[in-house]
Amino acid sequence: MNDEAQLLLDSFWPILRGGLTGTIPLTLASFAIGLALALVVALMRLSKNRILSGLARFYVSLIRGTPLLVQLFIIFYGLPSIGVLIDPWPSAVIAFSLNVGGYAAEIIRAAILSVPRGQWEAAYTIGMSDRRAPVRVILPQAARVSVPPLSNTFISLVKDTSLASVILVTELFREAQQIAAFSQEFMLLYAEAAAVYWVFCLVLSSGQSVLEKRLDRYVAR
Amino acid sequence: MSHGELLLQARGLSKSFGDLQVLRSIDLTVRKGTVTVLMGPSGSGKTTVLRSLNGLETPDGGTIEFAGGLSLDFSKPLKKAGRLAMRDQSAMVFQQHNLFPHRTVLENVIEGPIQVQRVPKTQAVAQAEALLDRVGLSDKKDVHPFQLSGGQQQRVGIVRALAMKPSLLLFDEPTSALDPELVGDVLSVIKELADEGWTMVVVTHEVTFARAVADEVVFMDGGVVVERSAPKEMFSNPRHDRTRKFLDRILNPLGD
Repeated sequence: MNDEAQLLLDSFWPILRGGLTGTIPLTLASFAIGLALALVVALMRLSKNRILSGLARFYVSLIRGTPLLVQLFIIFYGLPSIGVLIDPWPSAVIAFSLNVGGYAAEIIRAAILSVPRGQWEAAYTIGMSDRRAPVRVILPQAARVSVPPLSNTFISLVKDTSLASVILVTELFREAQQIAAFSQEFMLLYAEAAAVYWVFCLVLSSGQSVLEKRLDRYVAR
Repeated sequence: MSHGELLLQARGLSKSFGDLQVLRSIDLTVRKGTVTVLMGPSGSGKTTVLRSLNGLETPDGGTIEFAGGLSLDFSKPLKKAGRLAMRDQSAMVFQQHNLFPHRTVLENVIEGPIQVQRVPKTQAVAQAEALLDRVGLSDKKDVHPFQLSGGQQQRVGIVRALAMKPSLLLFDEPTSALDPELVGDVLSVIKELADEGWTMVVVTHEVTFARAVADEVVFMDGGVVVERSAPKEMFSNPRHDRTRKFLDRILNPLGD
């Protein structure tokens, strides 16, 4: 076996391990927190309370109007200078969650608005309150509409977590970088990292069609 | 019709959407066990009156009093509790059924009783099955609404309203969105309910239905009540020109 093939094999496990212990947990944690945040922000944005909707609008605008890399740098390298020191891992989770929160909030808001007005009225006429109607009637229908765009956000997040390498989080790409720096085989290692990301995304996006099928069962086609 | 006990009395209901005044001081009296039909050209305000009774629309002024003491004054801001209490009294059947697409027929019907009225599940299911059986849909209880015909969907809509055991049933053009051959099924269900003594207010253009079922027909135009009378009177001998013209148009659409 030649040296390159040997290097590919030797580096495969560290890179995969970086993915399994870094990239994937980072993605899942950030997506879960980000989604919960997005739901709150979407509801705030739709609220009749001007202060709440203004705050939500400001947050979404800030997150979408600044680069993720800059957000990450502010949290990890910027905050310590005002006395807030956060470890790499939590820094990454905070930055990615805030980012997902901003994008997914707009998706959820649009999905809620896509549920016909008559569904709210039907919920009201059987006596539901302003709190219960969204939970029982509106959000389950909005969920179906938002699966495809949220899947996009999720897949983007898988790849965006590679940015965590710049704040020293040990994940897939950082493993590849370190081996590349040591072996000077940049093309080989980065291509290998790309391939592993690709496989991750393929596996994770297969979940999307399962979910869509499940949520589509009540829709006429 | 005048001998029933009072169920609801609305006085001076008014409502504007921006510059457009859709209700100008509407009075409406509904007695227990009676059927009131609201008729009128589109834009007459009849649907707004109906929706106001269910709290789906909030009038800018006027009062509604229900038997049992609930009283709402729309000249003051409506409190959440008042709106919910009003919805307790009535349930609406919509023009476009508005069934919950993500729930089965049975789940649509038991949703209100279980979630809002806290009826135990077994009891709610038994009641829902009995009601579905009555409208001939017991074999459809586990399908989703999209698998039903328009007439079946509307009957489920009626059952969903009935399951709440409201003191007042409201129908907003319940057959307008249906294919002509399905209208009869739905109207006969509504007629049966009327015969059983349910109190209802129905917005409809179906003169035959109104003639057979209504105790009182209220004709509205331009946000006011033009006239109200028993259906026989209304349809054979309308007092006002506007009523006559409207009835003429819907009975002879070609103008012959």
